[in-house]
Amino acid sequence: MPVIAASELTKKYGETVAVGGITFEVPAGESFGLLGPNGAGKSTTMRMIGAVSTRTSGDLSILGMDPDSHGPEIRAQLGVVPQQDNLDNELLVRENLLVYGRYFGLPRAAVAQRADELLEFAQLADRAKAKVDELSGGMKRRLTIARALINEPRILLLDEPTTGLDPQARHILWDRLFRLKERGTTLVLTTHYMDEAEQLCDRLIVVDKGRIMAEGSPAALIREHSSREVLELRFGSDRNASAAEQLAGVGDRLEVLPDRVLVYANDGESALAEVTWRGMQPITSLVRRSSLEDVFLRLTGRSLIE
Amino acid sequence: MTTTRVDAQVSPARVRRFGAIYVVEHKLRAVRAFFWTMLATLFGTPLLYLFAFGVGLAALVSRNDAFAQLTGVGYLQFVAPALVVNAAVLVSVEEFMFGILQGFMWNKSFFAMSATPLTARQIVDGMMLYVGVRAVVTAGIYFAAVAAFGGALSPWAVLVVPIAVLVAWAFSPIAAYSSSLREDRSQFNMVMRVIVMPLTLFSGTVFPLTQLPVFLQWIGWISPIWHGSELARQFSYGPTEPLWLSVAHILYLLVLTVLGWRLTVVIATRRLDV
Repeated sequence: MPVIAASELTKKYGETVAVGGITFEVPAGESFGLLGPNGAGKSTTMRMIGAVSTRTSGDLSILGMDPDSHGPEIRAQLGVVPQQDNLDNELLVRENLLVYGRYFGLPRAAVAQRADELLEFAQLADRAKAKVDELSGGMKRRLTIARALINEPRILLLDEPTTGLDPQARHILWDRLFRLKERGTTLVLTTHYMDEAEQLCDRLIVVDKGRIMAEGSPAALIREHSSREVLELRFGSDRNASAAEQLAGVGDRLEVLPDRVLVYANDGESALAEVTWRGMQPITSLVRRSSLEDVFLRLTGRSLIE
Repeated sequence: MTTTRVDAQVSPARVRRFGAIYVVEHKLRAVRAFFWTMLATLFGTPLLYLFAFGVGLAALVSRNDAFAQLTGVGYLQFVAPALVVNAAVLVSVEEFMFGILQGFMWNKSFFAMSATPLTARQIVDGMMLYVGVRAVVTAGIYFAAVAAFGGALSPWAVLVVPIAVLVAWAFSPIAAYSSSLREDRSQFNMVMRVIVMPLTLFSGTVFPLTQLPVFLQWIGWISPIWHGSELARQFSYGPTEPLWLSVAHILYLLVLTVLGWRLTVVIATRRLDV
């Protein structure tokens, strides 16, 4: 039985449709991603799964329960890492865990023990008595994750877990999340970073404007919606469009962006040879493998990060 | 080193019963952040006021026979119960404004709480309880100071403490207002100046309400502070009013408390469901 089952899940705010009838299932132990640009409805979906936002219509079942009638029972089994850290800055680092654990009905002794284990896990043990405002962005994020794990949740919801972090902090965080995944915790995460989705997700849905555009594993999505390789050409911002006309017939498909032209081809190097043979002289050229970014561009005609 | 693993299961049932208490635990732990300011306020305010009113102003007023005839007691005895009530009100107004705004906007701790088995109602209940705890401590210490200065004539005067808590709660409509705020544009300065200040000044705190012209007395009648102070005076040196009026004081304070409380629950429930 899936731990999350959504069918025609819809959320409207007045006339505005935030989530327009999406259907998906997440089996236990899977790492499931929602990939899409800002405003796609990812966070709203996460809050509905988190049993805090009431759906407008459709069906939703979390761990076999309906959030409308069993909100507290569902939330007892979830760990939630919201997009914006909402740690209590009037409490010290360790106290944030102690206080939070009590909200799950856990005895003080159990909470205290888990708090220490989780501070180790989050590599914050030496900061236990620090003030929250003294932590770096990455440390706050790890503390929020530690807090979300205090009840040993069956499902961990992460809304944009690494947005705003520097590369090193992101890699530390990914490592921690990967360990959780190995332990069998079901992860559901939203992101607009395709490298994050590729790193962490077994399967994902691409969401745009409240609808599902595609679904599958990162590799399958790339195979299905993009070519094997991409040739990126830059001719200078005012020349890209005119250059694209001369590129007709090179590769399988062209995508003209303001700053570059993307040539989708199974063999990027031979596409580049064709370009050179036609006598064109791009300022820079780069052959790379297709990514989820290309899938998104193909499906929506837009970049993920605008 | 080996440690015994404390095995414990999450328990939504326990949260259903004690959720509001957990919120109080949380808030009391956070008090440490402003503990010294609070302690200074707790002990400093009564001393300042009692010296100013009980010693300074009382020396002047006590020479005035008209006051003694009007109230039947010395100035300190008259002003003391009202000062205790006012102290509790200051605490509750502060929490109902800044405590609520903090939870919804500044550190968003209410949103963090709502991701746990807690319900919006329990979060609000917890805030009310916490305000009650703070009001008990504040009024209790204040009353002790009052008694030490000779401001309490009867043992019943101690009832000013629970009365002060009730008055503190009766300001809960402010919590409902704060819960509805979407941005911080110093609306609280307005609340303090237009609502709390007049209610304090025209509530028969430092002089009997009847001394005001009739067209200003209504401010006292709608003010929880007047109702609470008059009620406390009945136990401190009364009775000075008919029983039905004392009952009316209690009812008025209860109605305001329940109204503000329920309204806050409704607004908070809607706000946390986003």
